[in-house]
Amino acid sequence: MDITKNIDMKVERQDIKTLSECKVVMMGITKRFPGVLANDHVNLYVKRGEIHAIVGENGAGKTTLMKQLYGLIKPDSGTIYIDGKQIAINSPSDAISNGIGMVHQHFMLVPPLTVAENIVLGMEPVKGIIFDLNKAREDVEKLSKKYALHVDPDVKIEDISVGMQQRVEILKTLYRGADLLILDEPTAVLTPQETEELFEVMKNLKEQGKTIIFITHKLNEVMAITDYVTVMRLGKVTGRVKTKDTNPNELARMMVGRDVLLRVNKRPPHFGKKIFEIKNLWVKDNRRLDAVRGISLEIHEGEILGIAGVAGNGQSELVEAITGLRRVELGKIIFDGMDITNWSPKQIRRAGIAHVTEDRLKYGLIVKYPISYNFILSRYDERPFSNNGFLDLNAINTKADELIREFDVRTPSRDVLVGALSGGNQQKVIVAREFHFTPKFAVIAQPTRGLDIGAIEFIHNKILEMRDKGIGMLLVSMELEEIFSLSDRIAVMYEGEIMGIVKPEETTVETVGLMMAGTRLDGGHRANDS
Amino acid sequence: MGDIEQMIRDIKKKIFKTAVEFFKRDTFVIPLASIILSLFIAALVILSIGKNPLVAYTALIRGSFGNVQAFITTMIKLTPLILTGLSVAFGFRAGLFNIGAEGQLTMGALAAALFGVYIVGVPAIVAIPIAILGGIAAGGAWGAIAGYLKAETGAHEVISTIMLNYVASLLANFMVNGPFQAVGTGIPKSPEITDAAKLPIMISVQASSLSIGIIISLIAAIIVYIVLQRTTVGYEIKAVGFNPYAAEYGGISIAKNVVLAMFVSGALAGLAGAVEVLGLHHRFLGTLSAGKGFDGISIALIGQNNPIGVVFAALLIAALRTGSNQMQFAGIPKHIIIIVQGLVIFFIATERLVKTMILWKERKEEVLQE
Repeated sequence: MDITKNIDMKVERQDIKTLSECKVVMMGITKRFPGVLANDHVNLYVKRGEIHAIVGENGAGKTTLMKQLYGLIKPDSGTIYIDGKQIAINSPSDAISNGIGMVHQHFMLVPPLTVAENIVLGMEPVKGIIFDLNKAREDVEKLSKKYALHVDPDVKIEDISVGMQQRVEILKTLYRGADLLILDEPTAVLTPQETEELFEVMKNLKEQGKTIIFITHKLNEVMAITDYVTVMRLGKVTGRVKTKDTNPNELARMMVGRDVLLRVNKRPPHFGKKIFEIKNLWVKDNRRLDAVRGISLEIHEGEILGIAGVAGNGQSELVEAITGLRRVELGKIIFDGMDITNWSPKQIRRAGIAHVTEDRLKYGLIVKYPISYNFILSRYDERPFSNNGFLDLNAINTKADELIREFDVRTPSRDVLVGALSGGNQQKVIVAREFHFTPKFAVIAQPTRGLDIGAIEFIHNKILEMRDKGIGMLLVSMELEEIFSLSDRIAVMYEGEIMGIVKPEETTVETVGLMMAGTRLDGGHRANDS
Repeated sequence: MGDIEQMIRDIKKKIFKTAVEFFKRDTFVIPLASIILSLFIAALVILSIGKNPLVAYTALIRGSFGNVQAFITTMIKLTPLILTGLSVAFGFRAGLFNIGAEGQLTMGALAAALFGVYIVGVPAIVAIPIAILGGIAAGGAWGAIAGYLKAETGAHEVISTIMLNYVASLLANFMVNGPFQAVGTGIPKSPEITDAAKLPIMISVQASSLSIGIIISLIAAIIVYIVLQRTTVGYEIKAVGFNPYAAEYGGISIAKNVVLAMFVSGALAGLAGAVEVLGLHHRFLGTLSAGKGFDGISIALIGQNNPIGVVFAALLIAALRTGSNQMQFAGIPKHIIIIVQGLVIFFIATERLVKTMILWKERKEEVLQE
C-alpha cells in the first residue's frame, strides 16, 4: 500500500485512521472532457456506514465523479479503493459486483411492468427456464421488510408516485447486493413530505450498516441528514467537513468561492390594476390528455404570483398556453383588457408579454447564433434592429454591448456563440432579452434552474426590480425556496388544478407541501382521487 | 544545447497549438484539406495502375483551364452547378434537405422553354426576364409544394422531393414526346426558343459559347449571401434551421419559413434550368438535368452551405469534369475524378472524425505536459 497516500488521507480527513475504515477512497481522480477539466485530482474519502454528502453547483463535477465510481465512465488517472482494496471499475457490472449501487436522477424503470418485475429485472429468479414470479415477489417482500422500504410488489410502475418509484430504484440496488448506495440528486423530483420519507429510509439503511453517498445542491438537506460533507467547485474539492461542525453559509461559501446573500431584498408590494386573468383554462399535453384542468387566476400590476408544484403537474402546459406555444382547448386568457386566447406567440409578445422559458436550450436560445443575435430574437424585425428588411448590425451590436454590461454577462465578446457560454450566462442573456424590452407582464418559468448561487441572486434581484417597476409576473418554479422568497401570492398546482392560493408570509412550507401532494387548502382531497 | 532543444520543442508545440485552433475554428480549412488529401490518395490510385499522377493532374488542369476553350467549357459547366449548389445550401440553412433540385431544375427549364418558344414579337429586354422569371417561378412552386406538405402535414421533405423528381421527370418526358415536341423531328426535344429569349453570348470559341448565364449565377450567389447574412428573412430562415423551437418561441412562424425556404431553394434550381435552356441548349431536352440537381447536394456539402463556398465547390466539380476528358486523352481513365469527388465528400462528411482525432492528439499532449 502506498504510504504517501495514507498520509495524504490523514491530513485531509483527520477522523479516519486507516484506509480500511473507508468504504470508498477515490484518490487523485482526473477526468477531462474536450475543453473541460471535469475532475481535477479529486480525493474522496467515505467512511463505512456514513451518509456522505457531495455538494456543489451544477457543473462542479459531482455527477462525473460518481459516474466513475459506478463504472459509467473511466477516469483519465487516479485510483479507487473499495474496503481498502484497490480495484478497477470498468463497467457498471464491475461496480455492482463490488457492492456499489446507483440511483440516477432519471429513473430507469419499465413503466408497464410491476414493482417486483422491475426489481428483479436482469437477475430474475427462475424455475428451470421459466421466470419465477412468486419467488420474485417473495424476495421483494423480504427485502422491503428488512429495510422498511414499503412497496406493493404487484402494482405497475406507471401507477405509482415518483417517491414510490424512487424506493423501487433503491430496492433494485439492494436486490443486487449493494452495500454502498449513490443517490444522485434524489430529492429534485420529490415533494417536501416525500423528501422526509426518503430521509427516514436513508437513516434506516445507515442503521443496517449501509454507506450512502448523497449528491445534492440543497444545503438544508445536507444539514438534516448527512454525517460528512465534501464540497466541490469547478472540478476540485474545495472543502471537507463534518456536518455537525459546519453551517449552510460556510458550505455556500465553499461552493461559490465567496460570501453570498441567500436572502433577497423584497420591498413591500404596490399593486396596480388587474393586468392578467385566466378563466377556466383547459389545455392538453402532448399525449392529448388534459394537463391543465380548469384553472382560474388573476394577477395585478406589480405582483408576482408564484406557481408551486412538483414537476409535471401541468405547469409547463400552462406556461405554453399563455405564451401561445400550445393550444387552449377551453377557457380564456385576458391580458390588459384583450382576449389573447390562442393568439400566435408573435402577437402575444407584441402585446407586451415577456417569457423566460424553463428550457433555455430548447426554447430560449439559438446556440449557434452569437449573443448579439439572441438578444433580438423577438425583435429582429423591428426598428432599430431592422430597416426595410435589412439587419442593422450597428444597432444590434450597440444594444448587445449595452445588455452585456447591464446584465453582467461574462463573455469575451458579443460575437461569441451563445452555446459557448456557461448556463448562468446563457440564462442572463434570456433574462436580459425578456426584461429589457419593457414588457407589461412576464411569464417566468424556472428562472434559476441549474444556476450557481451568484447568478441566482442576480436574477432574483432583477425579477424583484421588475416587480417594483409595476410589472405583473407569473413565476413557475420547482424550487420552493424561490417561490417563497419572490412571490406575493403562491398558487399550488397538482394534476392540472389549483389546490389553493396562499400568501408566503401567512403559510408554511408544510402546508404548501401538502397541497403539492394533492390536498386542497380547504382540507378536501382532489375530487377524482376519492 | 538544452536551451535549443527546449526552444525547438516550444516552437513545435506552438505550431501544433495554432494548427489545432485553426482546425477547430475554420470551416474553410476542412474542405481545402479534404481536397488536397483526396488528390493525394487518387494519385496513389493512379500510380497503382501504372500511370504517372503528375501527367494526369497536368492534363486535368490543362483540360479545365489550359486554354480559352477549356476555360469556357469549365464556365459553362459551372453555371448550373453554382445554382443547384445554392439551392441545396439554402434549404440546409433552414434545416431542410432538398433532394428535389433535380426536379425543380427540370420544371424551371420546361417553363423557361415554354416562355422562350411561345413569347414572340417582344424584344430581348422583355423576353429574357419573362422566361427567367417563368423558370424561377416554376422551380420555386415545385419546391414550395414539398414545403407546404411539410408545414401542413409534417410530410418529410426528403420523401416528397424525391417523389416530385419522378413527377417532373415523367412530365418532361411526356412534353417532349408529345405536345411540346419539335415538329417533325421525332426526337425528344422541344422547338428552339426565339432569338429574343436567348441569353447574350460573352465569348465564343469554335462551338463553345459562354453566355451571361455565369454572371447570373454569380449574382445569385451574392444575393443569397446577402439575404442570409444581412436581412431579417435570413435571420428567420437560419433561426428555424438552427432551432425551430426557439424560433417559434421568439415569434417566428415555422410553417411560413419552411414554405419560403423551399420556394427559394426550388427557385434557385429553377433558375439553373432556365439558364441552361436560355443560355446553352436553346431548347428543352428531356435529359437536360442529367444529375446536376444531385451534384448540388455534393457542392453544398463541400461548400459548407456558404454561398461563397458553394461557388468554389462548384468550380472544383466543374473543373474536374471538364479536365477529365483531357486526362482520358493522356491515357488515364476519367473515372479517377469520380474517386477524387467521392473522397472529398467522404472527408468532409467525416470532418467530425478528423476533428476528434486532432482533439485526441491535443489531449494526449496536454497529459504528457502534466
